[in-house]
Amino acid sequence: MAAQRATQHRRTRWLWIGLAAPGAIWLIILFVVPFYVMLCVAGGGVNTFFQTAIPVWNPLNWSSANLTAVWHDIVGNGSYLGPLAFRTVVYTAIATVISMAIAYPVAYFVSRYAGRRKTLFLVLLIAPFWVSYMMRMLAWIDLLQQGGLFNKALSAIGLPGNTDWLGGKSVTVILGLVYGYIPYLILVLYAFLDRIDQSLLEAARDLGLNKWQTFWHVTLRLSKPALIAGTFITVLPMLGDYFTNQLLSAAPGTTMIGNAIEGLLNSPGQTGQGAVLSLMLLAVLVIPMIYYVMSTARASQEVA
Amino acid sequence: MADVVDRSVASEQAAPAPVRTSAWRRGPVGNPWRRPWLMEGFTWLYIVWSIVPIAIAVLFSFNSGASQGTWQGFSTKWYVGSQITSVLNNPELHSAVIQTIRLAILTTVICVPIGVGFAIGIDRWRTRTADGLNFVMIFSFVVPELLLAVALFMLVTQLLTSIGLGTEAEVAGLVVWNISWPAIIVRARLLSIGKTYEEAAADLGASRLGAIRRVLLPMLMPAIFASAVLVFASTVDDFVIVEQLSSTANTQPMSVLIYSNVHGGLSGPALNALATIMLVISLLAALVGWVAYRWFTRGERTAGSTDALTSIAGM
Repeated sequence: MAAQRATQHRRTRWLWIGLAAPGAIWLIILFVVPFYVMLCVAGGGVNTFFQTAIPVWNPLNWSSANLTAVWHDIVGNGSYLGPLAFRTVVYTAIATVISMAIAYPVAYFVSRYAGRRKTLFLVLLIAPFWVSYMMRMLAWIDLLQQGGLFNKALSAIGLPGNTDWLGGKSVTVILGLVYGYIPYLILVLYAFLDRIDQSLLEAARDLGLNKWQTFWHVTLRLSKPALIAGTFITVLPMLGDYFTNQLLSAAPGTTMIGNAIEGLLNSPGQTGQGAVLSLMLLAVLVIPMIYYVMSTARASQEVA
Repeated sequence: MADVVDRSVASEQAAPAPVRTSAWRRGPVGNPWRRPWLMEGFTWLYIVWSIVPIAIAVLFSFNSGASQGTWQGFSTKWYVGSQITSVLNNPELHSAVIQTIRLAILTTVICVPIGVGFAIGIDRWRTRTADGLNFVMIFSFVVPELLLAVALFMLVTQLLTSIGLGTEAEVAGLVVWNISWPAIIVRARLLSIGKTYEEAAADLGASRLGAIRRVLLPMLMPAIFASAVLVFASTVDDFVIVEQLSSTANTQPMSVLIYSNVHGGLSGPALNALATIMLVISLLAALVGWVAYRWFTRGERTAGSTDALTSIAGM
């Protein structure tokens, strides 16, 4: 009997392994290995004739030439990556704060006060989620171009209507980032806020708190995980963004770190430096990412 | 869920009577059940801001002139009429539509089964290895897409050169980028289902595989469908991975074509027409997903219309 059970157990274990295997192999070959290749390219050399990267597969033979070159571009004289990294952080920070300031009240209203019209509001909030990023950026390019509807509307109310909004303006890029990533943020905030137990708020009222105190002491405290998750969901993609500024400005004055990675990859002989820069970005982000993964895992365990 | 809904409805209806007196008594503190007009107005402003530009872009895809800022009358020339720049007749635009649909179908067909298998396998095969693999999977969910795309680019140009850039690489990359949708959503559903149904099936004589096929899979169907819709739509919308991994013009989907033509090239409402087609494909996928989700959960008490909506948006 015991032997039979053990056989049974072994057989089902192989069933689970077999079910997980295709996905696991896919993840290893196309997620883990690629980052190792990136390391090998970063530590590799350059074919001086074809200007192509030569990866070095053995970690013991990695060279630091690419790392040194990138480091000089970040901190050295006439470095161009330092200001770019600074701009990336500033853009991302401002865009995240603006996104939060818009998304939180909207998510809060729909989760608490929408009542019977909740379905209607949800459809309208989810709609942009189903519209591709390119479409949403294209819509703003149409509106903001010279002779576009936005400038026409400005001149209609007596303001100067000939501003070149797409000619390298930081404000356009930042608002573009907000517009691009806010639908995801609202959905995340809504999902968290909708789960806040309303009876806690009623209890706070019964205990004598006014509505601002209730909001400050109860709702805001309970939304802390929502704010953290929402910040991740907007900051991580913004830091790797290179297309929003390219579409909405295409000027050197608004480039971000993603553009630098793209640029290095596509310039002959500098693929290795592109790999180094990508790995640096990954290194900066890995701690918040692990924190996020851990808190997600903990949340799902609590559900179970 | 049901009693929560009941309570909120009840408080909505019962609220006015006691509140009017207390609001009067409390004076400046105000009526806590008053409708928050300011917040509602703000929400509507956001909705207008988020949807009107897109509606205008769709409208201008039907412009009879080449302008994206001046309306010159209704026409479908950018879709079918024009011999040179309509989506139907321009080979570049045409092949971009085909490539997008091809990538979306291939990715969904590969990604969803292996993601579902991964979720079930990891959930039941509880070892360190399983935890590690699960960690890698969630990591693939949060890594910035550009970094994954660059790494995949290096993989297919340096190591797996037999794959090379092109459709195969695009599908491989899109599958790994999207595998976390079915894996996370199905895993969450598994956790909420628990093991009791499967054990009951086993007690009634079902084999392990039989219990999975006849008991577990039907219960997972809503989650599987929701994730399939998400994978499909996110592949249609994908830009970063396909841009890095596409090679010739033949393997460029719609998003890449729009990106590379916005500043010069094929400009004008033809791009709006292309984007509108993308939009329609995504919305159709969402609609199919919503209907299927409602159908699969028709017997469940907790299933409401908002539940289906949030599920197909990955919440």
